[in-house]
Amino acid sequence: MATEVLMPALSPTMEEGTLAKWLIKEGDTVSAGDIMAEIETDKATMEFEAVDEGIVGKILIPEGTEGVRVNTPIAVLVEDGETVSDAAPAAPAQALAPADKAQSSEDQPAAGMSHPEPVKAITRAEAPWPAGTKTKQTTVREALRDAMAEEMRRDEDVFLMGEEVGEYQGAYKISQGLLDEFGARRVMDTPITEHGFTGIAVGAAFGGLRPIVEFMTFNFAMQAIDQIINSAAKTLYMSGGQMGAPMVFRGPNGAAARVGAQHSQDYAAWYAHIPGLKVVMPYSASDAKGLLKTAIRDPNPVIFLENEILYGKTFEVPEIEDYTVPFGKARVWREGSDVTIVSFGIGMTYALDAAEKLAKDGIEAEVIDLRTLRPIDYDTVIASVQKTNRCITVEEGFPVGAIGNHLSAVIMERAFDYLDAPVLNLTGKDVPMPYAANLEKHALLTTAEVIEAAKKVCYR
Amino acid sequence: MAARKPSAKAASLPNVSAEELTTYYRDMLLIRRFEEKAGQLYGMGLIGGFCHLYIGQEAVVVGLEAAASEGDKRITSYRDHGHMLACGMDPNGVMAELTGREGGYSKGKGGSMHMFSKEKHFYGGHGIVGAQVPLGAGLAFADKYKGTDRVTFTYFGDGAANQGQVYETFNMAALWALPVIFVIENNQYAMGTAQKRSTSTPDLHTRGEAFGIPGEAVDGMDVLAVKAAGDKAVKHCRSGKGPYILEIKTYRYRGHSMSDPAKYRTREEVQKMREERDAIEHVREMLLQGGHATEDDLKAIDKEIKAIVNASADFARESPEPSLDELWTDIYAEEAV
Ligand SMILES: Cc1ncc(C[n+]2csc(CCOP(=O)(O)OP(=O)(O)O)c2C)c(N)n1
Ligand SMILES: [Mg+2]
Repeated sequence: MATEVLMPALSPTMEEGTLAKWLIKEGDTVSAGDIMAEIETDKATMEFEAVDEGIVGKILIPEGTEGVRVNTPIAVLVEDGETVSDAAPAAPAQALAPADKAQSSEDQPAAGMSHPEPVKAITRAEAPWPAGTKTKQTTVREALRDAMAEEMRRDEDVFLMGEEVGEYQGAYKISQGLLDEFGARRVMDTPITEHGFTGIAVGAAFGGLRPIVEFMTFNFAMQAIDQIINSAAKTLYMSGGQMGAPMVFRGPNGAAARVGAQHSQDYAAWYAHIPGLKVVMPYSASDAKGLLKTAIRDPNPVIFLENEILYGKTFEVPEIEDYTVPFGKARVWREGSDVTIVSFGIGMTYALDAAEKLAKDGIEAEVIDLRTLRPIDYDTVIASVQKTNRCITVEEGFPVGAIGNHLSAVIMERAFDYLDAPVLNLTGKDVPMPYAANLEKHALLTTAEVIEAAKKVCYR
Repeated sequence: MAARKPSAKAASLPNVSAEELTTYYRDMLLIRRFEEKAGQLYGMGLIGGFCHLYIGQEAVVVGLEAAASEGDKRITSYRDHGHMLACGMDPNGVMAELTGREGGYSKGKGGSMHMFSKEKHFYGGHGIVGAQVPLGAGLAFADKYKGTDRVTFTYFGDGAANQGQVYETFNMAALWALPVIFVIENNQYAMGTAQKRSTSTPDLHTRGEAFGIPGEAVDGMDVLAVKAAGDKAVKHCRSGKGPYILEIKTYRYRGHSMSDPAKYRTREEVQKMREERDAIEHVREMLLQGGHATEDDLKAIDKEIKAIVNASADFARESPEPSLDELWTDIYAEEAV
């Protein structure tokens, strides 16, 4: 009986990949453990092994094909004497991905995760770059790399350090190509020693350099939290303005997919709490690029919170030389008059998805991406609430002491008389992130919750 | 000071001129008198919070500063007054920071534990035990990156030597051959914990062995021994051979901070150190017995130091409190500082 070989999911967040190379050809006999193909994920090139034995009856996807979705049949194995045509493909024996990753429908999000796809803004309020500017389809991953490369070309004092940033090209492939261009002096692989290397980087910033510290994920920055807060954030003040730490701490933050409690946490509110830090959490690729360039030039310590799920997403990035985005300026992605949805980072995927669906029910939501959490663009939020008279906030982090709580307080102070409904804060659930697929989905925000909250404040 | 047995070394001066020795005497005395004055001002309520005096440990910073050159950097813990005076920072600015005044090095916003001087390459003043160790290695990293031949003196205590980040730093400092001198000021106590109660092996200078960092123990009550060890360490670091560890055995006469009841050691133990091992007294004897200075010469120095310290206390009292606007400044830099 023939067996379909399916495109495997080779990382927690992989949705598609490139079938870089077949190492077998039709007619070959393979047994379990034989390397069949090289597959390029968004993170790395991986070898793909056979798990069954059989004869390669047909190669369905030629090598070099990009964007092969996870679980797509890529080859057929047949038994001795069988041909592809007489073997009706049976159950996918080689599906490495869990069954629920297979489908992708409106309410069942894309493979391996519970997050909706980024949606295109329907009514873009203000073009974030001049009309007529040429743009290029760019992933958040590429945008971040480009930002670092441009700033490293511009300023010799900028260097990148972290685990696997050099020879490995980045645990999430963000620093791809940087070692080749800038060499090991400026792209430094560190031992696994977050507390220590963060302290060294802060010291180097005191000494006049401009370090970019990559945390493999922000979960591991907990090891270094003392150096970030007590040394980097406070020294300018404690020294009466004599010295500080002009540097960037960056890396993926928040839930990835199915990696459990210790690897899935949003630290936005933690860092936003600290005077002396600036905190950035981009959603789109253009903001990732423009804000990272601004962060590297900023003379203060900047926490730059990326998101693993967003890394592979593609957005338009303007082809403007030296494109920077200022801190403290929210972006209105969608204009609307009925309710204001304020979000940032991955939360924007729910906010925009919900807004699109709400529009079908006749509710026009205004969607604001804060982009930076320190400073926060309160004015844009307040002006919107004064127009819509209703507001909900959307973020992935825990509910107690959330950014949304703070915004609610500010809205109450500055726009109390404009409110027609209480401000609702949508957050992740108040639980450590569970592993089980169904539980994880419930722990995370959903578009449905955003829609429900928007309707609630509209009394619909 | 009480009777102290003349040491054999006193008469002849190995590798040091009378002038240098006089300078050490003056610098150590400045620290001691400054700290005594700070203790007084604390008692009067003019200095608040934590105040960690350096009395007893003066030979450590004075000896090492004598080994340093222009542009070398230093960083230490909260017990930092001596380091600042030894590297040439203005006593007025230090004392005024202790009293939380506008004329202080941090405009009164840092306090005893958090002072800095970019001009003198003094990078603090850090209140988190051990945190200055990677920071110091980072300063050395910056110098190496820029291709200078400067070295960084990174001071920490016997208590701090048990922090994990110290060993993370040792590893990277050795791996990357950073020009950093780790100076462990072993004053035998971390607050109320005697070293033997906290440390599995007493020899802190061997703690770099696992990382290939050479280290040596130094008599911290002998300024010349400290200077000699400092010269050796500086030479090692400046020539690109990477880090070096100096464990300097010293002793603090006063409590950990001003509020220390000192129940963890006997009065006799302290008294014995003061009488038999005092670093300032040691130099004084050398100067007198070698005929390099007269009682009158030393009295003149004492007088001069007293005047400097009194002036710093006056300045620290008279300098106004920072304006309330200062609450909101220096949180973010507008441009590179
Ligand atoms: C991380 C941390 N833990 C505890 C303290 C409280 N503390 C301040 S000083 C000190 C003792 C440090 O002793 P040592 O390193 O020997 O330095 P010394 O005071 O003797 O100069 C302690 C426990 C602190 N400031 N930071
Ligand atoms: Mg000690």
